[in-house]
Formats: sequence, C-alpha cells, structure tokens
Amino acid sequence: MTKVTYIDSSGQARTVEAQVGSTVMETALRNSIPGIEAECGGACACATCHVYVADEWTEKVGKPSQMEEDMLDFAFEVRPNSRLSCQIKVSEELDGLVVTTPAKQG
Amino acid sequence: MSEVFATDVAIVGAGPIGLFSVFELGLLDMKSHLIDILPKAGGQCAELYPEKPIYDIPGFPIISGQELVDNLMKQIHPFGPKFHLGEMVESLKVLGTDQRPLFRIGTDADIVIEAKAVFIAAGGGSFQPKRPPLAGLDAFENTSVFYSVRKMEHFRGRRVVIVGGGDSALDWVLNLHPVASRITLIHRRDAFRAAPHSVNAMRALVGAGAMDFVLGQVTGVKGENGQLSALTVRKESGDVFDLACDVMLPFFGLTMKLGPVAGWGLNLHENLIPTDTEKFETSMPGIFAVGDINTYPGKLKLILCGFHEAALAAQRAFHYVYPDKKLTFQYTTSSTSLQRKLGVG
Repeated sequence: MTKVTYIDSSGQARTVEAQVGSTVMETALRNSIPGIEAECGGACACATCHVYVADEWTEKVGKPSQMEEDMLDFAFEVRPNSRLSCQIKVSEELDGLVVTTPAKQG
Repeated sequence: MSEVFATDVAIVGAGPIGLFSVFELGLLDMKSHLIDILPKAGGQCAELYPEKPIYDIPGFPIISGQELVDNLMKQIHPFGPKFHLGEMVESLKVLGTDQRPLFRIGTDADIVIEAKAVFIAAGGGSFQPKRPPLAGLDAFENTSVFYSVRKMEHFRGRRVVIVGGGDSALDWVLNLHPVASRITLIHRRDAFRAAPHSVNAMRALVGAGAMDFVLGQVTGVKGENGQLSALTVRKESGDVFDLACDVMLPFFGLTMKLGPVAGWGLNLHENLIPTDTEKFETSMPGIFAVGDINTYPGKLKLILCGFHEAALAAQRAFHYVYPDKKLTFQYTTSSTSLQRKLGVG
C-alpha cells in the first residue's frame, strides 16, 4: 500500500494508506482529512481541494494541466507548489507523498 | 411593489431534483414555481459539470450533466412550470396552519410566491461568490468590497481594484475603465481564462498607460469605517506593497452556501436539513427537503435518491394542496388520466 501524508495549516500531520489509481482528494475524503472540501466531487470545477505539494515531491507530482491551472485562479494563496488534489493520481512512485492543506479553501 | 404569484408548490432550486419534483407534482395535478440563483436551470449539473459523464442514472449507461438537464426540461414541459432564475430566495412567512399550510416566499428580486407547500431542492446550497479569506474583509463588504456590479455609476471617479483572471474580472475591467478614475487589475499569473479579445483589450489599455496590471495576490485590506484605503499586495517576486484604492471587486468564482434558508427556523444538522424517510418533510409541516440538501439515516447524495425523495414528498404535498381529495396511485404506463396530463393520451 502507498501512503500519503496530509499536514493541516496548524502543522498536524496525518498519514493514511492510499489506493493506487485513486486521487489525493478521494483519499482525503475517505479518511476524513480536514481542510479538503471537494465541493464539485472531483470534476476540476471548484478549486476547493487545493493543496501545497511538499518541495521534495513537486518534481514527481508534476505541474498542473492547463485546465487545472485555470481552476487554480479560483483558489486563494496560490503558490508555485499549489495543486488541486483531485488531479493528483496516487501511484507507487508517489508512495510517501506529503501535501499541506491551506488555512481556507474559500 | 412586489410581484405576487400564487401556486401550489414553490420549489427552491432548479437542479435535477427540483426539476424532477415538477414532474412528480405535476402528475398529481400540482402546479409549481421554481426559484434558482443561477441564470439557468440545471444546478450543479449545468454549472459545475455540464460535459462530465454521469454513469449512475438508472436507464442511462452514460449521460452528461447537461444532457440530463435537457431531458428533464423536456420531461416536465407538459406541466408548464414557471421559472424565476437569477434570484435568491430570501424570506419565508408562514401564513397557514400545520394542517393547511400556506407560505409566502420572497426573493431578492422582489418576487413573492404564495404556495401551499415548499420543496427545498437546493443541493449544496446556493451558488455565491467566493470571499477571499482576508482578515477583516467583512467590515468592507458591500461598502467598498463588492462581488458584483449592480450600478456602474457607483464606481465613478473611484480607484477600483479588480482581482481575478476570468471573464467577470476582464469584462468589468473594460466596462468600468471609462467610469473609474483608475483601474488596477491584480491576477496571480500572466495568463487569463477570459475571452482572448478581452485580454487583448486589457493589455492595450495597460500598454497605453490607461490602467495598471499587477502580477500578484492580495494579502490584506486596510481602511476604516467600511471605507477601503489600501490593499496589501504580494507581487510574484515576493515584494509586498500597499496599493491605495477605494473599491475592490474580487472575482474568484462561486461556492455553495445554504444561505438565507438557514434562517427559516427549520431544524438543521451541519448545514443540511433533516427529514423523515416517508415523506421527506422537514421539521415544519408543508416544507419538504429533497436531494443533496437533506439528511436522514443512510442518506446517499445521489441524483437517483433525490428522484425517489421527490416522488414520495409529492404524495404528501398532495394532501396539503387538496385536503379533501383522495389520492389513488397510478402508473404512467396504464393510466389514461396521467397520459392526458403528459399530453400523450
């Protein structure tokens, strides 16, 4: 099983098991991780599953697509390592991934 | 003067469940009016994922959000529902009794609807502008921070900052440019989702020195007594500076909030409306909640569950609308009277 760690804005970390092929957003909801709303249910249409990818993971996770980049305009406090977690698919390569959730999804 | 309509059932929300409620009510001879804050019918299906395929609508192995809405509109056409779109339901007055309910619903567009029953089919809530999470922002909202433009004259001679990179942001940059004393557009990147001709027009104004564009994000608001004096802006380079201004218009898209329905006096549970599972009635007789907005043991937020809830709620609503009539259950496949209502008999 692959693992994903979510750190909330206060610094608390939660590590959960993630299914390969599921998204970082789905994994968060399944494990009741706070700080991810996913209002649209994963359609890349709302920007309420915004996360910051830990620096050491940004290269492996990759850059957002054009559509995701457009949707990030609706998020707040966007940084170079911002991604929408519904667009990050868990793979074996991402085992150990660390993401931080923002203080507010908007 | 408010415009007053009288109908059998007022449906709050014109998403798939609100639309199908028209059908179930219509089969039982109840007329309905729908109110939705969006300018079009379809709710989340039309607004958030019109092109996304849905795989769990019974009888449709695959159907897009918009196709489902189009089909529902066709299905309810025989019942001639009246739509009030682009309006938010605000007030609810209870006029009747528990046995003979009567409600008066008011919208922000000064429309009043009197109905014998109310179906709340508001999904995740009403779509409302996203508010930037800036400390102290609420003190400036509606005095110098606005999420929509109602009167352009209001901005005459003022220093206006528009934040965002979509069509709303760009359209208002161009429309308010002749009115405002100075326009500044702030966006987090040098790429825009807006129509290319608007972006080009904006860039031409910036090139001519007629307006400013700042690559960055707003991190703070300053001012007093509701009057904005400056915004703190962090530029892409990391530099932070204060930008003097009178008005800010943030355009960060829409989010869903329960809105004024929360103040109607219904029992609520975490922004959802608890109902029974026999009639899907709320804590107030005559007010029903169907679809994603309701909650009960075992609730699943599925469109198909909302359809079922609407069918059962309509059965109960019948007794409020026609207290002296007996309701006999009929099938559309065999009942000539139902087929007549559908215009196929």
